Amino acid sequence: MNDRALNVIGLALVGVVGAAFLILTPRFAELDAVLELTVFMIMAILALSLALVWGYGGILCFGQSAFFGLGAYTYAIAMFNIGESTGPLLLAIGLPAAFAALLGYFMFYGRISDVYLGVITLTVTLILFNSVNSTAGPEFHIGVARLGGFNGIPGIPPLNIPGNKAAPVDLEGMFYLATASLLATYFGLRWLLASRFGRIIVGIRENERRAELLGYDPRVYKLATFTVGGALAGFAGCLFANWGAFVSPTIFGLAQSAQIIIWVIVGGRGTLIGPIVGCIGIQWLTTALGANQPSGSDWMTNLMANAPFILGIILVAFVLLVPRGLVPTLGDIGHWLLRLRARPAAPSLKPKQAEEG
Amino acid sequence: MAVPLLETRDLTMHFGGVRAVHNVNFTLAEGELRCLIGPNGAGKSTFFKMLTGQLEPSHGRVLFRGRDISHAHAHEIARLGIGIKTQVPNVFDGLSVRENIWLAASRIHSVRHANGVVDEMLARIGLIPAADRLVGQLAHGQRQWVELGIVLSTDPVLILLDEPAAGMTHEEVQKTAELVREINRTKALIVVEHDMQFIRMIAKQVTVFNQGRVLVEDAVEDILRNPLVRDIYLGKQAAA
Amino acid sequence: MDLVVLVAIQVLYAIASLALISVGLAIIFGMMRVINLAHGEFLMLGGYAAIVATSNGMSIWLAMLVVAPIVVGIIGVIVERTIIRFLYGRMIDTMLATWGLSLFLVGLTTAMFGNTTVGISAPLGSFQIGAYRTSVYTLFVIAVATGVLAGIYAVMRWTRLGLLARGTMQNANMAAALGVNPPRVYAITFGVGAALSGLAGAVLAPVSGVFPTIGVAYVAKSFITVIGGGAAILSGTASASVLFGTINQIATFATTPVFGEVALLAAAIVLIRLLPQGITGRFFRRGL
Ligand SMILES: Nc1ncnc2c1ncn2[C@@H]1O[C@H](COP(=O)(O)OP(=O)(O)OP(=O)(O)O)[C@@H](O)[C@H]1O
Ligand SMILES: [Mg+2]
Repeated sequence: MNDRALNVIGLALVGVVGAAFLILTPRFAELDAVLELTVFMIMAILALSLALVWGYGGILCFGQSAFFGLGAYTYAIAMFNIGESTGPLLLAIGLPAAFAALLGYFMFYGRISDVYLGVITLTVTLILFNSVNSTAGPEFHIGVARLGGFNGIPGIPPLNIPGNKAAPVDLEGMFYLATASLLATYFGLRWLLASRFGRIIVGIRENERRAELLGYDPRVYKLATFTVGGALAGFAGCLFANWGAFVSPTIFGLAQSAQIIIWVIVGGRGTLIGPIVGCIGIQWLTTALGANQPSGSDWMTNLMANAPFILGIILVAFVLLVPRGLVPTLGDIGHWLLRLRARPAAPSLKPKQAEEG
Repeated sequence: MAVPLLETRDLTMHFGGVRAVHNVNFTLAEGELRCLIGPNGAGKSTFFKMLTGQLEPSHGRVLFRGRDISHAHAHEIARLGIGIKTQVPNVFDGLSVRENIWLAASRIHSVRHANGVVDEMLARIGLIPAADRLVGQLAHGQRQWVELGIVLSTDPVLILLDEPAAGMTHEEVQKTAELVREINRTKALIVVEHDMQFIRMIAKQVTVFNQGRVLVEDAVEDILRNPLVRDIYLGKQAAA
Repeated sequence: MDLVVLVAIQVLYAIASLALISVGLAIIFGMMRVINLAHGEFLMLGGYAAIVATSNGMSIWLAMLVVAPIVVGIIGVIVERTIIRFLYGRMIDTMLATWGLSLFLVGLTTAMFGNTTVGISAPLGSFQIGAYRTSVYTLFVIAVATGVLAGIYAVMRWTRLGLLARGTMQNANMAAALGVNPPRVYAITFGVGAALSGLAGAVLAPVSGVFPTIGVAYVAKSFITVIGGGAAILSGTASASVLFGTINQIATFATTPVFGEVALLAAAIVLIRLLPQGITGRFFRRGL
């Protein structure tokens, strides 16, 4: 019961903080800060997509950036061809979801084990990177949209109010949209995970064989989880393409995939708030280090401003020292402190149970 | 004669050169309780795995109420009504006892209904005080009970128990025997057990496995007197 | 006719380079069940080691064949002692930690050498096949790959270390049962795997140049070769290299090098789907 109260308090807290952030930021922050915060929000949605797939579904996906990139490219290409953003937005969600479903079908129905899942998703990401990267020539186009190869696609038109081409979303609007989307994603996932479906996917993560012997088909549930994850990542990709009005193949890159993994590891698998915190914290850290780099500086400052270097150290350190991630570890410490304080008052509610086997 | 609940025909499982189960013909009637004994490595667990779709037979067939399930998936077989408690406790260690039972119950009940079923089951297996503890933190005997509760909550027609009394105290063994008899009032069971006392408490008909084959099949008193069984099974156990 | 010879050489080269970049990873995976995602960076470090050594006046042969493997081998032992050994039995955590290591090494080399491609010119010149010219170095790479595989075969077949290795591949507790100090075996194995990766990176450096992120180009290819090959180190690497190398080169001839790579990766995914245990999990089970 206590846990339940904590749960409600947590939800309310996220809601209040989120709403306050949504409303207050544009009033008090500089425009470039708002711009930067917008991309943090977008990436946090991406982080949530992997939090679902890996943290709750137990599916080791090293290629979440494939769906992110696919969403961004789909939006860009569809936008040049269609002009009104409702269709492109839906495509940018639907296509990555369909691709995830296809890939997931192939992997889960082929009973491919965890480790190989990682390798396959990684490989798929690289295939996309290689393919898109090599489409620089003018012969590579879809409709009127040129793919641009390693140069990427610049000048992507922004989203507009549905149905009204003449009302594009401005920078501030983009912030509202991204933040509201993040909140909606967070609460939507909370709901999903509390539902029957969510509890079953956690059961499958905990013990796939047992779930099967109870009559659940793990393949179906994993496929559904993976597809939802793909859709969410695609949506984040669409917002990202909007934010910078630009996409390039690096969006499919290994570095991007690694980042998403790191956000989730640092924040903690099996939580939603953790990956959001991890994502925002790490992005803030890498931008701060990068921004402080004076030009022509010495070797050491170069190194410290070097994102892969820092990210690498963080990843190794967390795997070795804090393998469960920040939020679960802090939660444990909190519980432990609470119990420490509660002990003299209420000595052991459940007498002797562990001492039997 | 009526169609048996479960029937195997020449059921065989080879691992490379190892004949874990070889040409087993086995029949179980509706509502029957059967004990399965045999020395370590006789193929009992492998036999169970083939019945539940965890292993695909090398050849031979498994018929459940006349329907061929030799190549069905584990989840399909579970849905037909075969539940199993495996030899190594197979539970959701990272979840609470309540959540474990809930996951089983919600396979056949609506979400709202499932909660009530969970409370009943917790009472039946005597784990109400431990309901909110993580299953991974419980003692071995209690985890066995959790698994029993999980299996019962999906309301199967046939329940397979692979060494249900292992690691239990004498008291717990008796409680388990009672529970098995109670379950047998409504369901068929096959029970694998090494504990002869336990077998005596529950068994009528016993099948003895040895080296992947059915050695004999007889009433429990005759089995316990059978010199052949003594040799391969009790003898070995005494020597070990 | 000349074209056939040329194509044959190119196919052999594709096979050889795949085998070369994969064999270090195969040893580490086959014997330790460790998936080393920093493998590409080990190759990259081999390339840099060779380049730094030659630019300091060392003979290119010495730099490639001796210095690079030793340097990267030592780095491998250090990595095993400081990171990997804490993670045995936690396959996914090992993958993640080595991915972190990979980023770390990319960052470090970028700061040290800059984000540009450095190269050494391929020695040995070229030769004529009818109307076509091709470089002698291609043949050299094929020779090195053959030599490495033959060397591994010899070690596995005829030495105590090889016996141990074969035992470990079949049963992880074997080394301990034989009274050998497992940490030492693991450190040595990881070091040897790293050294062979360093060698491969150095030998391929004149062909591809070296830059900090070159590992990415290698890592996926070597992974799928190893996983496609399955548990047997030697026959696995060899058979998967033959399969993927041929597909890659033929697709390259038919279209472009990029789509050659795409074909290779796609073929690999299909293979893993069809044979999750790899080629040697299904065939040549008794191979080394
Ligand atoms: N996956 C497997 N691969 C290879 N051999 C196996 C496999 N599973 C079981 N075996 C072998 O098959 C034989 C039968 O094993 P099984 O577990 O069915 O015996 P059991 O009768 O349940 O024994 P116990 O009483 O010890 O539980 C044994 O020799 C065992 O080593
Ligand atoms: Mg058994």
